[in-house]
Amino acid sequence: SCDFAAFTFGQKYMRSPLSPEMATQEVPLNETLAHLKTESETLKLKLEEERAKLHDVELHQVAEKVEGLGQFVMKTRRTLKGHGNKVLCMDWCKDKRRIVSSSQDGKVIVWDAFTTNKEHAVTMPCTWVMACAYAPSGCAVACGGLDNKCSVYPLSLDKNENLAAKKKSVAMHTNYLSACSFTNSDMQILTSSGDGTCALWDVESGQLLQSFHGHAADVLCLDLAPSETGNTFVSGGCDKKANVWDMRSGQCIQSFETHESDINSVRYYPSGDAFASGSDDATCRLYDLRADREVAIYSKESIIFGVSSVDFSLSGRLLFGGYNDYTINVWDVLKGTRVSILFGHENRVSTLRVSPDGTAFCTGSWDHTLRVWILMC
Amino acid sequence: MSVLPFSAVLSSRMSTKAPSSNSVAHARRIVQQLKVEAGFERIKVSKASADLMTYCTENARSDPLLMGIQASDNPFKDKKPCTIL
Repeated sequence: SCDFAAFTFGQKYMRSPLSPEMATQEVPLNETLAHLKTESETLKLKLEEERAKLHDVELHQVAEKVEGLGQFVMKTRRTLKGHGNKVLCMDWCKDKRRIVSSSQDGKVIVWDAFTTNKEHAVTMPCTWVMACAYAPSGCAVACGGLDNKCSVYPLSLDKNENLAAKKKSVAMHTNYLSACSFTNSDMQILTSSGDGTCALWDVESGQLLQSFHGHAADVLCLDLAPSETGNTFVSGGCDKKANVWDMRSGQCIQSFETHESDINSVRYYPSGDAFASGSDDATCRLYDLRADREVAIYSKESIIFGVSSVDFSLSGRLLFGGYNDYTINVWDVLKGTRVSILFGHENRVSTLRVSPDGTAFCTGSWDHTLRVWILMC
Repeated sequence: MSVLPFSAVLSSRMSTKAPSSNSVAHARRIVQQLKVEAGFERIKVSKASADLMTYCTENARSDPLLMGIQASDNPFKDKKPCTIL
């Protein structure tokens, strides 16, 4: 069986060369497999003990003193039609008006969400474009999927220009690309893949800058920490784990394993002190990074379909979840209760992002459309 | 591109490693990782929760999806898309 953690992308970037180690050192007597397994079990127990010591109260108990939220009416104000198949991913431009979306049919479209006009369209050489992202400058988009790559397309002001001609292949994985995100600039991209790894790439040269090994199965999602909180990101995978990584060292700093199925989406709380996750186990969860534990579960007996994507409102008080039962559930993050359920899509909600200024959120669906929602008041 | 094709690295690794030493190396990495995680400095949930609450309440007023904003300030307010002049 494949041990993803053992492989690196290239000789140049190896952290701890395994081959020379094996060749020159004898494995010490006390480092038998059995001993190491016992040691890891002991450490896991110790970890749980340490975490439990600080579990003095539940978040929703502390939140009892906070005022409850009233009725929420949110409605679709724009419907973006044009994809010929399932919408798999979307991202907002920093200008708060443009959106990039990608689809199963290989199309990547850039929209003006104010007017619903399509500004650019690219046809990828593969189907199932599972990931797309807008560059911070607004001048390029990145996308990829079953081609195992992440490519960057500079957006031309000339509508007649063939975007595909200027395409730049940046990332190369050995399995599908599940998510991608530019870092603070157009110069670096972070990717996650079905090959079980995440990686940081230099856009200009296509060079691998850092790889992140630790997930035991496909990595499905990632999110970068808000820039003020430093160089970390969180990833979620089919191994039910959410891992927090140091981007510079490649080290996994924290790991959370409380979900009961694949984690499809992870998103940082706006302060950077916590992150939310959405899973096939039909729950969303909140993990506090400083307490190093799960602090809330957002679930209901009536909700039995998986969560595909999550995002916070600007203050972090609301958590939006897009579900496989075609709905969006809106949760009170502090109290743990659902404040609204939104209908509209005619198939699975596959992607959901709040706009950069928090005025609206956009959802993409297997019903081929995207919707932009606002609060009616 | 200066990156080695992954498949080339994969095949060279497979031929030099004995399965048992592979498992030991893997187990050693897991122990190392757990040691890193065990050494983490944690705070109480009560303190963490209080901080999350403070952030929410401090930023609530400027959260358009929580409090709403003036119709005139919301570019998406009208159902019919309008041309921005």
